[in-house]
Amino acid sequence: MDIIKITDLVKKFPVGNGHFTALNQISLTFGEGEFAGFVGPSGSGKTTLLNIIGSLDTPTEGNAIVLDKSISELSHKQSAKLRNQHIGFIFQTYNLLPVYTVYENVEFALLLQNLSGSVRKKAVLEALEWVGLTDKIKSKPAQLSGGESQRVAIARAMVKKPKIVLADEPTANLDSKNSHNILQTMLKLNEELKTTFIFATHDEKVMKYLKRKISLADGKVVGDEMI
Amino acid sequence: MLAIKLAFKNLLGAGLRTWLNVIVLSFAFVLIIFYNGMIDGWNRQARNDTQNWEIGSGQFWHPAYDRFDPYTIAESNAVISKDIQDLIDDDKLTPVLIRQATLYPQGRLQSVLIKGVDPNQKVLELPTADIQNSQNKYAAIIGKQMAKSTKLNVGDKVLMRWRDKNGTFDAHEIEIVSIFKCDVPTVDNGNIYLDIKTLQDMTTLQDQATMLVAHREYENTKLEGWEHKNLGFLLAEFDKIIESKKGSGLILQSILLILAMLAIFDTQVLSIFRRQKEIGTYIALGLTRAKVVGIFTVEGAAHSILAAIVGAIYGVPLFIYLSKNGIYYGTSAQDAGMNIPMAETLYPYYSVGLVITSIIIVVVAATIVSYLPARKISKMKPTQALKGKIQ
Ligand SMILES: Nc1ncnc2c1ncn2[C@@H]1O[C@H](COP(=O)(O)OP(=O)(O)OP(=O)(O)O)[C@@H](O)[C@H]1O
Ligand SMILES: [Mg+2]
Repeated sequence: MDIIKITDLVKKFPVGNGHFTALNQISLTFGEGEFAGFVGPSGSGKTTLLNIIGSLDTPTEGNAIVLDKSISELSHKQSAKLRNQHIGFIFQTYNLLPVYTVYENVEFALLLQNLSGSVRKKAVLEALEWVGLTDKIKSKPAQLSGGESQRVAIARAMVKKPKIVLADEPTANLDSKNSHNILQTMLKLNEELKTTFIFATHDEKVMKYLKRKISLADGKVVGDEMI
Repeated sequence: MLAIKLAFKNLLGAGLRTWLNVIVLSFAFVLIIFYNGMIDGWNRQARNDTQNWEIGSGQFWHPAYDRFDPYTIAESNAVISKDIQDLIDDDKLTPVLIRQATLYPQGRLQSVLIKGVDPNQKVLELPTADIQNSQNKYAAIIGKQMAKSTKLNVGDKVLMRWRDKNGTFDAHEIEIVSIFKCDVPTVDNGNIYLDIKTLQDMTTLQDQATMLVAHREYENTKLEGWEHKNLGFLLAEFDKIIESKKGSGLILQSILLILAMLAIFDTQVLSIFRRQKEIGTYIALGLTRAKVVGIFTVEGAAHSILAAIVGAIYGVPLFIYLSKNGIYYGTSAQDAGMNIPMAETLYPYYSVGLVITSIIIVVVAATIVSYLPARKISKMKPTQALKGKIQ
C-alpha cells in the first residue's frame, strides 16, 4: 500500500514576469516504512518536493496524494491536521522553540491533540528515551549542543508516532560523529515503528544509510535506486 | 491555554524590550486610575457635602421659585400646612424662607440672601443651633467665605435693610453669632442665616417658606402645592463640571495610552518579522495559521496583563496612601474664587468598577494593536516563513 503517491507533479515559482519550473513531471510512490532520500545538486528541487509532501506547499500541476489526501485540495485547516497527526518535520537548523525546555519542545507537538496529561507525559519521556536525552529534559535549547538539539527535534517529530518523517538536510550542521549518531537513531525508529523517513540531502554520510536513493537534477527524477 | 503559556514565556524571554513596554503601559494604567479616582473622590465628597449642607435627598420648591432669577424670590413663598408641619416636627423636612436684603458692613453696601432656617432642624449640617443659643432675636450665622468678603467677625453687628411682603423698606442691626466652615459655595457665599421665625416677623410672612429641604432618609417626592426637585436637577451644574473634568483628563490618558500602544505595535511588527522561522515551525508542527495569529496576539496582549501587575506593584500602595491621607490642595476651590464645591483635601475614591474598566480598556486596546500586525501571519507562506525570507 502506497502512503505517498505523486503523479506528474509540476511546481512553478513566479519569477519576474514569468516563472521558474522547480519540479518538472515528477512521479513517485512511497510505501510504509521506507528510508528514502532525495539527493542531487543544490537547486535541484529537493526541498521543494519535501515541502509539497509535507503539505507546506502545493503542486502547480499534477497530484500529490499523501495518506489518501490530495495535497492540492486540502484547506489550511485540513493540511494543519494532516501535519499535526501524521507528519513529522526535521530541519537543518533544528527549529526548536527557544523559550521552552527540551521536555516542553517535545510535548508541544502533542498539545494540539486531545490527550490526557499522563498519556502525554509517557509519550514525551518515551520519545526522549529513543534519542537518549532523558537527562536533559529541563534544559533550554540554548544549552544544548547541535547534536543534542537535533535529537530533540527528532523526538519532537517522533513523539506523535507519525506515519511520515520529512528531514531536510538534518546533518548539515553536525559533525560526522553526531551525524552518524542521529542517523542511527532514525534508522532504529524506522525499523521499530515502521515510520517512513524521507530525506533531502547531499551529505554522503546520510546516503550511506538510505535504503532508497532518488536523484534529482533540474527538477526531474534522474535516478531511483533501492540499496 | 497553550497560547497563554507560550505568550508569557516568549514575553519574559524578550527581556528589556518587554519591560520597557510594560512600564510605559503601567504608567497609562496608573494615570487613568489616579485621575479618575481623584475625580470620583471629588464627586462623591462634593455631592455628600452638598447633600448634607444644602439639599438633603432633594428639595420642595414653591412653584414660582427660580434659584437663578432673584426677581422670583419676592413671590416664592407659601404657608406651611399642618401636614407639612408634622413632617417638619418629625425631622423629615426643614423649611427655608429666602429673601433678598442689603448689608452695610463698614459703610459699604452688599446685597445678600437672607435664609430663614429652623434652629432646631436636624436635616442639614448647617449649625443652626448657634442661632438659638444667642439671646439676640437678630442672631445670624454666616460662612467663612462670607465672613471674609464682608470682613465680619463673631460678635460684630451690622445694619441690614430689607423689604417686607408689601415692598416697604425696613432695617435692623443683626449680630453675627457664629461662623461656620462649609465647602459648598452656594451655602456660604452671599448667604446670611437667621431664625426663620425672625425672618417671618421681619417680612410679615407668618408661617411661610420658600422651600422645604428633605432629610437624606426621606424619600417622598410628592407634596401638595410644592414642586419636588431631585438631586439630578439640583446637582446638574456640578455634574457638568465633573463630566468636563473627566473629558479633559481623557486627552492626557489617551496620549499615554496611544504611546504605549505604539510601543506594543512596534514590538509586534518586529517580532513577527524576526520570528518567521518560529512561525513556520508552528505551522509545520500542525498549528493552523489562525492559531499562530492567536499566539502572537495573546503575546502582545499579555503586555497589558504584565502592566497591570507592575502598575499594581507601585500603584496600589500609592492609591491606598492617597485614599487614606487625601491630596491636599492648600487652598480650597472657593478661596481660589471658583464657585464649585471642593474641599481643601481631596480624598480620591478608587472603585472596583474604575479598576475593572481601566483594565478592560487597556487589555482590549493592547489586544487590538497586537492583532493588527499578527494578521500578516495568515498571509505568510509557510515555506518562506521557514526560510525566514519574507520582507
Ligand atoms: N519561493 C521560490 N520562489 C522562486 N524560486 C524558488 C522558490 N523556492 C525555490 N525556488 C527555486 O527552486 C529551485 C529548487 O529549490 P529547492 O530549495 O527545492 O532546492 P534544493 O534542492 O533544496 O537545494 P539545496 O540543496 O540548496 O537546499 C531553486 O532553483 C530555487 O531557486
Ligand atoms: Mg534544500
